[in-house]
Amino acid sequence: MSPPIDASPRTPQDAYERERAANVHPVEWSNPTPASCYQLVIVGGGSAGLAAAQTAAALGAKVALVERHLLGGTCLNTGCLPSKAIIRTSRLYAEMRDANRYGVQVPDDIRVDFSAAMERVRRLRSHISGGDSVRNLVAAGVDVFFGNVQFSGADTLKVNGDELRFRKALIATGARPHIPSIPGLREAGFLTNANVFNLTELPPRLLVIGGGPLGCELAQAFSRLGARVTIVQDMPLFLDREERDAAQILSDAFARDGIEVRLNTQAVAVRVENGEKLVDLLSDDYHNTIAVDAILAGTGRVPNVEGLNLEAAGVDYAAGDGVRVDDFLCTSNPRIYAAGDICLEHQYTDTATASARIAVQNALFRGRERMSDLVIPWCTYTDPEIAHVGLYVREANQQGIPVKTFTIPMHEIDRAVTDSEDGGFVKVHVRERTDQILGATIVARHAGDMINEITLAMVAGIGLRTLSRVIHAYPTQAEAIRCAADAYNRTRLTPRIRARLRRWLER
Amino acid sequence: MSQLCALTDDALLDRLERAAFDYFVQNMNPRNGLVADTSRDNSPVSIAVVGFALTSYPVAVERGWMEREDAVRRSLAALRFFRDSDQSGSPTATGFAGFYYHFLDIHTGARVWQSELSMIDTALLIAGVLTASAYFTADTPDEAELRELADFLYRRIDWRWAQNEGDTIRQGWKPECGFLHYGWEGYSEAILLYALAMGSPTHPIHGDCYKAWTATYQWENLYDHDYLYAGPLFVHQFSHAWIDFRGIRDDFMCEKRSDYFENSRRAVLIQREYAQRNPHGFAGYEIDCWGLTACDGPSDELPDVSNEKRRLFGYAARGVPYGPDDGTLSAPSVLASLPFAPEIVLSDVRNMMTRYPEMLTAERFASSFNPSLADADGRAWFSAGHYGLDQGIVLLMIENHRSGLLWQLMRACPYIRSGLGCAGFRDGWLRDSIPAGAG
Repeated sequence: MSPPIDASPRTPQDAYERERAANVHPVEWSNPTPASCYQLVIVGGGSAGLAAAQTAAALGAKVALVERHLLGGTCLNTGCLPSKAIIRTSRLYAEMRDANRYGVQVPDDIRVDFSAAMERVRRLRSHISGGDSVRNLVAAGVDVFFGNVQFSGADTLKVNGDELRFRKALIATGARPHIPSIPGLREAGFLTNANVFNLTELPPRLLVIGGGPLGCELAQAFSRLGARVTIVQDMPLFLDREERDAAQILSDAFARDGIEVRLNTQAVAVRVENGEKLVDLLSDDYHNTIAVDAILAGTGRVPNVEGLNLEAAGVDYAAGDGVRVDDFLCTSNPRIYAAGDICLEHQYTDTATASARIAVQNALFRGRERMSDLVIPWCTYTDPEIAHVGLYVREANQQGIPVKTFTIPMHEIDRAVTDSEDGGFVKVHVRERTDQILGATIVARHAGDMINEITLAMVAGIGLRTLSRVIHAYPTQAEAIRCAADAYNRTRLTPRIRARLRRWLER
Repeated sequence: MSQLCALTDDALLDRLERAAFDYFVQNMNPRNGLVADTSRDNSPVSIAVVGFALTSYPVAVERGWMEREDAVRRSLAALRFFRDSDQSGSPTATGFAGFYYHFLDIHTGARVWQSELSMIDTALLIAGVLTASAYFTADTPDEAELRELADFLYRRIDWRWAQNEGDTIRQGWKPECGFLHYGWEGYSEAILLYALAMGSPTHPIHGDCYKAWTATYQWENLYDHDYLYAGPLFVHQFSHAWIDFRGIRDDFMCEKRSDYFENSRRAVLIQREYAQRNPHGFAGYEIDCWGLTACDGPSDELPDVSNEKRRLFGYAARGVPYGPDDGTLSAPSVLASLPFAPEIVLSDVRNMMTRYPEMLTAERFASSFNPSLADADGRAWFSAGHYGLDQGIVLLMIENHRSGLLWQLMRACPYIRSGLGCAGFRDGWLRDSIPAGAG
């Protein structure tokens, strides 16, 4: 019997993988001799660690970076980049499948070449890894160490036995997939983001456990690549922090893609029979069992706090929540800061890099930059994409902030109509009776790109009045934002003002 | 049909209201007062439809369609049934903690379809119970018993239990698995449920619970109208069947300088606007042909629907502007908006009746129709038979538009007044004292 498709697949060792290894963890690497004392030692070479190293080195600090495994961390190796690459291929297949909507004759024999799609993932990942390479770090003047790290005191740590002394340190060890405690799951074998991109063969039937961003993105991608996908989520809707209209639109999109959506459902047991994984599902009082070839766990992430001997450094942490930091990203040891997924609620690459820059400023230059001042957008790269920035309406309500939402359905936007991409909306939340933007949610094919305009406006303190004066290239889908601003402007035309205008015109 | 359309507005409404009332007469089990969910064969009882039926009897008495004694007899049958029903919460009981399962067997009253113990449907039932109690105030043994029973049934409901120690009321409970995962999020018909739950002298929920729910509201500007967003039309109607929201406001509506009645009017304008824009290009949608709501509809299993790739949703809560929208419209939902925008609604209903006369049988509206699924003769798809909820909301809203009878009755209900007060409603008729002898 052949091994299960998700039995810890390993990356094919092709030229692309060899190039990536050469960039992010060369086999021939030997650690440098440590300096007597570093101004900054960074623990972890993911997005936050790399950004911190580049920033601190550019500012002239003597910096060491220690990485246990691969530079680039989750984002480069097992997260954002490979997933976006596979999502692009899956979108293309979906577009081919639906091409008759655009007046195109669809050939009968569209076949998915999964192995080629995954080779493309490896090629692009390898190409992009050049930016995160050891070479670049060394060129910037950073001492790079590979190995296991343990703090040995308030201002020292050890890497493979070598002691590094520091004036300041930054912990940026990131997070890893959370493994749900479902009886039989470990024995049956399962995928996470850590190994799903190693697949070279498409699982014909895939169960995705978890309706968060990762589960949603990959469920849709694998479905479009031809797998029969079931997604189970133990909440009433996907993406439970997003507003329900966004989540509802996503559920509808999944159903159109042919994904079997099982909301309010838990996977309660897994067993293997005749080479199939049988998964027991429970939804309120409804029990059933489905047979699949692979299981993907997308049930959140847990911070990597283990093995660092944080106690020796006097750094407070909790196993599930990560390292405790204040608003300046300082830990309970004033010499040690943290950045990225190890300490943040928002586990995004952009946030990790932004937090790393704040931590470097505060650690090296006694800066007083606050994490809470950041305006953080995020996006789930499903089709349509779901992007958000700032406050949700329920948060504003809970904080007693009167809020009003300007809603533009994408079917109102010419370019969305001409592109047959008119599902979704732009919702801009403002403080009632003002044009101050509190937040926004965008559901659209390119919501991730569109949300940046709102983020810019919020950071720069630009309100809807000003946005309505910004000429948006026509026709673009981002015009929906200007339409929301125009809708705001029309509310300023109260009956009294209208009467005044009428009198003026009739004078 | 042409005869109906030729009638004056008031005569037309009288005929439509009477026809809607006849649904309850024709689909009731006189032994226990229970009423079928639909007119289709083997339909179970929906407890919400019983609530509408109980509300319809006072209307029928006032309009001379039913003798008072007959109305009392029917009401008493239902109230006695619920009093004596199995409240053990077992899988074949009728209810638990004063609540009732959503669907019951029309003969035995036992739970069917493994349905959930439904908080909102119990609220709709109990609204009907309290309406009967408010109307049948004569000093006769039967009417006295009716009032006693109504009080007993209302006081028996353990609203606090339905919170399951959470911030808001849960949507349902099943003996097989306990409380369902779903809670109430966003504006919905649950405003009636909350008012009833807060007004209870025995098991009231706290005002914070209402606040927690309204914190999930979304005040939106859509198509240039500001309104408290909810997609399906019925959300903007059901609580209004019993509660007169004109001029009374809670904290949320005070801050928005609006009220729930005005909000429902705007929901009408938005539905019309959506139908005119018709983003998905469905047949029949016009500014004067609209009505997306929870209703019956065609499903993908429909044998003669093979013409194109389209998802059909069967019975579903269709909504504006995000759908689901499969081209299905509900005329009852349009007519039930009558109090909010009378001129517009009457004109649009007349238009829809003229264009789709088949939607009326026995002068009652089908639940829905779908012109995009026309047959070879160009005849739209129509939902078969009638739904009790449709007939109930049509009847109550026509009556409220014509006489305000039900609003007046419930204004005098001390439980409703108290519940609204706890929710922070003020002004308008809440400032007036309860008429002597009421309640």
